[in-house]
Amino acid sequence: MAEDGEKKRVLEMVQADGADEGCVTFVLHDEDHTLGNSVRYMIMKNPDVDFCGYTITHPSETKINFRIQTRGGVAAIEPLRRGLTELSDVCQHVLNTFQARVNEFKERQEKPME
Amino acid sequence: MSATMNNVEEIRNRVILGEFGVKNVHTTDFPGNYPGYDDTWDMSTFQKNFRIDMVHVDESSMEFDMVGIDAAIANAFRRILLAEVPTMAIEKVFIYNNTSIVQDEVLAHRLGLIPIKADPRLFEYRNTGEEMAEEEGSEIDTIQMQLKVKCSRNPRASKESSDPQELYLNHMVYSKDIKWVPIGNQADVFADANIGPVHSDILLAQLRPGQELDIVMHCVKGIGKDHAKFSPVATASYRLLPEITILEPVEGEKAERLKRCFSRGVIDLEDVNGKKN
Repeated sequence: MAEDGEKKRVLEMVQADGADEGCVTFVLHDEDHTLGNSVRYMIMKNPDVDFCGYTITHPSETKINFRIQTRGGVAAIEPLRRGLTELSDVCQHVLNTFQARVNEFKERQEKPME
Repeated sequence: MSATMNNVEEIRNRVILGEFGVKNVHTTDFPGNYPGYDDTWDMSTFQKNFRIDMVHVDESSMEFDMVGIDAAIANAFRRILLAEVPTMAIEKVFIYNNTSIVQDEVLAHRLGLIPIKADPRLFEYRNTGEEMAEEEGSEIDTIQMQLKVKCSRNPRASKESSDPQELYLNHMVYSKDIKWVPIGNQADVFADANIGPVHSDILLAQLRPGQELDIVMHCVKGIGKDHAKFSPVATASYRLLPEITILEPVEGEKAERLKRCFSRGVIDLEDVNGKKN
């Protein structure tokens, strides 16, 4: 989950407490409220998570500090990964539903023409 | 006890418009907040509760209801629509001759804001690394357009008329005067998709006899975050559906007035000795 080794870093992990795997701050580059708020919502819905929040360090910089604290000894990367996959599934479902509805609406509009 | 339950229901489900502010805005239904409620994320529950209802769809605008989704995600969609959906827009303007009274940079700015009808999925982003070497741009990432207008006096106008419509030819430059110039194999690839400005009646400049415009433009693909001209939507907004609860019965003439305040269908009047429903 650390840097890619290339010049562009997308995600960094900063651990403030010594050996506690459950409390981690992630720094996400090139992100803003668009991803921050929605991922925060998905991670908060996870019962293992004690605390989850994000801040934008400075509005001129495009990076966010994302903090996750888990209970029960779960590693903090786990809820992050799960939250991102769930968010991706939600978006996929919304896209499918939306596509179906638009097509349906278009068909209904064409019917009165016949 | 039922009063407290109602309170909890209210906090979970409703945003309240108080006299001095809006209450209950943030979502509080996270696991562990309310005893007796299981708020853990469940994909199947979400899929069961989620639906989309189209209200209105036409060529240039669309309105639909999303039920069962949280404001955080809806807002993310709105932000992405405004800032991160790519479109094509005019970026480089090569002015060979501009003798109108509109300054070069003002004209270039106006040209950049014109919406272009071209599917951005068929184009690539331009590599900004070697700006100097890529002056021409290639056919996979650039659309070339030309604007060539010359204003002249109308020889057939009558002597006393003062209407510029009659006196001059080509004195108004509209966006329909912008012509697409296919480069490379674009003529074959986009033969049936007529690429050009979306609206043909955008006024760009006004000319008088002797003034002319000779401009070549390059359009590239970009996103709204970079410059607002690349934003595909005029506006994208969302709001939470309101539910109006009348706290006391309203009757008689006041009821009629109340009904007129809202759009049709919001309030219905029931005739019970003049009382209101």
